[in-house]
Amino acid sequence: MISGPGELAVMDVDDVPTTPQVHPTTGDRIFRGLSTAAASVSLIIVGATLVFLILRSRPAFRSSGIIDFFTKSVWNPDTGHFGVLGLLEGTLVIAAIAMVIAVPLGVAMALFINEYASPRLRGPLTSTVDLLAALPSLLFGIWGLLALQSHLTPVASFLGHHFSAVPFLRIRLGDGLVQSSFIAGCVVAIMILPIITSVTRDVMAQVPREQCEGALALGGTRWGMIREVILPFARGGIVGASLLGFGRALGETIAVALLISPQIDFNSHIFKTGGASVAAYIAIHFGEAGPLERSGLVAAGLALFLLTLAVNLGARFIVVRKTVK
Amino acid sequence: MSTGTPLDEDVAQTTPSPRRSFRRVTKRGGRPPRSSRIKAQQRRALALQIAGGIIVAVGAAMLASSALGVTGPIAITVVAYLGFVAAIALSEFVRSARTVDEIDLTDEGVPAVAKVDEPPVILRAVPDDAPDVPIRRRKVTGADVAEVVVAAVAAAAFAELLRIFLHMQSLVGFAIWWYVAFVAVYFLLARDRSDVETALDRLVTLLVVSTGLLVCAVLMWMIAFIVIKGARFFSWTFFTEDLSKTGPLTPGGGAKHAIIGTLEQVGIATIVVVPIGILTAVYLHEVRGRLATVVRFIVDAMSGLPSIVAGLLVFTVLVQQHGFSGLAGSVALVILMLPTMTRASEEILRTVPNSLREGALALGAPQWRLVQRVVLPTAIAGLMTAMLLAIARAIGETAPMLLTAFGADSTNVNPTRGPQSDLPLFVWKLIRQPNQTDIARAFTGALVLVLLVFILFVSARLVTRHATKKLGRAR
Repeated sequence: MISGPGELAVMDVDDVPTTPQVHPTTGDRIFRGLSTAAASVSLIIVGATLVFLILRSRPAFRSSGIIDFFTKSVWNPDTGHFGVLGLLEGTLVIAAIAMVIAVPLGVAMALFINEYASPRLRGPLTSTVDLLAALPSLLFGIWGLLALQSHLTPVASFLGHHFSAVPFLRIRLGDGLVQSSFIAGCVVAIMILPIITSVTRDVMAQVPREQCEGALALGGTRWGMIREVILPFARGGIVGASLLGFGRALGETIAVALLISPQIDFNSHIFKTGGASVAAYIAIHFGEAGPLERSGLVAAGLALFLLTLAVNLGARFIVVRKTVK
Repeated sequence: MSTGTPLDEDVAQTTPSPRRSFRRVTKRGGRPPRSSRIKAQQRRALALQIAGGIIVAVGAAMLASSALGVTGPIAITVVAYLGFVAAIALSEFVRSARTVDEIDLTDEGVPAVAKVDEPPVILRAVPDDAPDVPIRRRKVTGADVAEVVVAAVAAAAFAELLRIFLHMQSLVGFAIWWYVAFVAVYFLLARDRSDVETALDRLVTLLVVSTGLLVCAVLMWMIAFIVIKGARFFSWTFFTEDLSKTGPLTPGGGAKHAIIGTLEQVGIATIVVVPIGILTAVYLHEVRGRLATVVRFIVDAMSGLPSIVAGLLVFTVLVQQHGFSGLAGSVALVILMLPTMTRASEEILRTVPNSLREGALALGAPQWRLVQRVVLPTAIAGLMTAMLLAIARAIGETAPMLLTAFGADSTNVNPTRGPQSDLPLFVWKLIRQPNQTDIARAFTGALVLVLLVFILFVSARLVTRHATKKLGRAR
């Protein structure tokens, strides 16, 4: 599937027979040239992304100072002062909430499909998860806004009142509970659940079956087998899958843009109205921005790009190292 | 077994005779010398039983008075008494049932664990539906059902008590507390009936299965929500009219402009992406050029590219000079589809058996003929699946289109010039309008999107299934 099994096991080089390259025919030369050209398209795109984003964000960096840009939370297009700290913090908070919800659910879902569901159910369940991955984020946003939100505000008030000892969970009577980081995080959690599930499932499927059977044959329960055999084996894969999901959550745009109205100042109470997200802020404000503000938005996009790039490559590294042995 | 020494009991427990009805030695029946422990256990069990009964009784009374409108002390007392009796009876049933061993060994003579370990795989073909995970099957006994019912009722009573004492208004709080209490009571019952390890196993099973149900329910809820809301406005005119002549409050109007835009943008992007993606995959897997490692790394990096960043890139490169257009949207889609397509294609190429390649090369085919006549035809179904899934992913992209195609209310057939709408932009614009007509239109647009994604998804599945069948027959 797109985001699943295939992406991982790439590093092992099984030998594919090719013609000897000493005297390639003309046809082979053209063929190799074509495929090399196609492969370099990806290189060009990523290179162009970096170059053009950096070029276009220079006016904003110059007008507000590159250090201030990353350490302050201001957005004033008229004076040319930009700072994305609040937006970045908000993005990280929403992604973190999504992770707290999606990682346990994703791992449990992977276990359910692999170990608990009957073999006949396994196909439909996999399809369900894949379909969840294929649905556009816009639909998640609409559903979250008009269907889920009214059911989540009671949960937010429940959690806020019961855990009011924790500072960032505290809510007071009369606080607005809609359009909060929590609600955005919940919807994003559902959206990153499929990738966590499919990658985790893939790693878990590689546990040597003899070990599982051995654990059961020694009289272990199924949970004992999972705890002692599967989870230790799959730990790295789960971490990698979570990081991949984290990368997706950071870049999630439209659903978040529908659910919160992004603010520049980051609000640390996750159940209260108001949240921040780089991607959603760009999507909402780009249309009516002037040239200098657009430059600022591009700079914010550059920051987001570098952040997700780091997270994704880290995830790939962990997953690939853990899967291929 | 009849000698009664602890050693014999242990042996009897671990090596059951398959023919005989095997009764597990229970806390009540066995181990005669340890009477003090048994008494303590019995006392504890009794206390637990009575406490549970009282909780259920009070909960039932509260439930009756608040939900069913039962008033008056006598009626309440009767309800409470009935609740108490029912709880005690149910728990008695569970207690009596627990002397029967959980894994019913009498039935087929052999426990199910052993059934899975049939003769070694080498000697015997594995049936198609054989689970690759050894599953410990156990029969659901009356005691199991009773356990679930007792746990559910006790949890409901507990949650009702909390609801009344804490003045919770919402049903959601009730549901959360119910689930927490249900899990706890279920765990305690299972622990009481067997040992902690088994109870933990049951607890985890409960959690995992409820996760599965939750995820499926969420998907169903979402699709049902969009379909129900969207079906109201669904009509033929939705496909034949655009929004250029309809105001926000007038009825009618449709998404013709958006559908045309989607078809053009996604179509152009697909035509560009499919050859590039397949050729890149060929480069990575067949040619294995010097750049392969770098390209793979970059494709990895691209697959995590936030869609809004792709939009920003196309905006800075194309839109600033040439203005908004559908074509710019297509370029953004190409950037987003390319890693998906490349990854999936490479995956498919890996499934082509090497013997085919060797055969072609042994016959003297140059590499390009090998790829053209052997590798790609073998992989064609998989490549189609990859394409369909890439399209399904691109068709709902909204964020990059905001910065490239921009959206419009009138029909613009020319993708190379001027703002063009598409379905996601149509939905995005209208769903945030403050009037019901526009929101209804947006929902219909969303329904069309769901249908498109669903059709693509199902056809991808069908193609895959068809291909696997064919491959199976060829072997």
